[in-house]
Amino acid sequence: MKTRLLALLCLMLSMPVWAEEVKINIKEFMFMPVVLNVSVGTKVTWVNDDQIPHTVAETRKVFRSGALDTNDSFSWLFDKPGEFEYFCVLHPQMTGKIVVTQ
Amino acid sequence: MDIRSKRPQRTDELLNPDRRTLLKCSAWAGAGVIWAMSGGIPRAFALDETGNVADPRALASSFHFVQISDSHIGFNKEANPEPVKTLQVAIDRVVALPQRPSLILHTGDITHLSKAEEFDTAAQLLKGLPSTVHYVPGEHDTLDEGGGKLYLERYGKGTRGNGWYSFDDHGVHFIALVNVFNFQAGHEASLGADQLAWLADDLRAVSSSTPIVVFTHIPLWTIYQPWGWGTEDGDHAIAMLRKYGSVTVLNGHIHQVIQKVEGNITFHTARGTAYPQPAPGTAPSPGPMTVAADQLRNYLGITDVRATQGDHPLALIDSTLV
Repeated sequence: MKTRLLALLCLMLSMPVWAEEVKINIKEFMFMPVVLNVSVGTKVTWVNDDQIPHTVAETRKVFRSGALDTNDSFSWLFDKPGEFEYFCVLHPQMTGKIVVTQ
Repeated sequence: MDIRSKRPQRTDELLNPDRRTLLKCSAWAGAGVIWAMSGGIPRAFALDETGNVADPRALASSFHFVQISDSHIGFNKEANPEPVKTLQVAIDRVVALPQRPSLILHTGDITHLSKAEEFDTAAQLLKGLPSTVHYVPGEHDTLDEGGGKLYLERYGKGTRGNGWYSFDDHGVHFIALVNVFNFQAGHEASLGADQLAWLADDLRAVSSSTPIVVFTHIPLWTIYQPWGWGTEDGDHAIAMLRKYGSVTVLNGHIHQVIQKVEGNITFHTARGTAYPQPAPGTAPSPGPMTVAADQLRNYLGITDVRATQGDHPLALIDSTLV
């Protein structure tokens, strides 16, 4: 939590004007889009459109949401380049990937 | 549904049983359905009049127990805005049984979101059951911040690991397995090495003539991989059970009755009490299936399991909440 806050602070200081927000829909037990390419500084928000709860869990536990019920959302600010694979811990066949580049 | 109307035609061709086997299967399944593999997926086939055996309740039973599953207290969407009501109907059915069940198994997803108040509501309702209830968690019961802490505080007393245990009743050895922890991306559910080692140890003292009932939330065998309806290392557990004369594996999770018989092992999943889910592969996703409100109780239900002394398989009788 602390590191996350710190990361957020650092980012706010260096926040470029082009920082953007991108939405991923969770629908019919799928993350859409499944693979998302973003640049460093992008805030990604997952929104659950299903009638069943889902979660967003990075496979190396970099980020992990709680249970997202219908219309609940979870956001993560990607402040480092890299590939982040994630899945739903309730339905592990649901997987997705965020590719973050400079 | 037109799929259903085609099924009786395909039964013989898929199962290719002799008459005796067919009747035996239908007696086990009760409720007028028999089970056959279709493309690797067990499916229900409605029985026609000639295939129907005598009332399964006529089977002399020395004791019986009830399985209820998937109450999903906290769910409030279109498919069933009031799962509290339908759980109460299920409880009333159990109370109304002519013979009090020796025990009751709840095969998980007691709650929908693992909230303390959902557990409270469920516990309050389930108190109305006439016999001791033995639980296993579903993945919906492990969604609290502690990742299953609330469930284990309530129901984990005297259990091992993440809530597995065994006990004996009326000469039957009951084994509660847990497969809703440590999910891995892209994989089916798992029991894990620790639990499998415990199971091997637990079975050491059980003679091969002892009837065994295994109950766990997610089906122990793979029903439909694309929807994650299976347990990846379930076959390790099943291998340990093969030498036993009568094994019944009871699951929930998929909110519909599906049964498979393999050697001496009968696999059976129960209906839930909250909302139905589509048959494997018949919908884009396994999300809740909304049916006409006046039809809902046709899709919800309980399972009554009867045991007779001797080498007979346990009789599984599914009934809906209508």
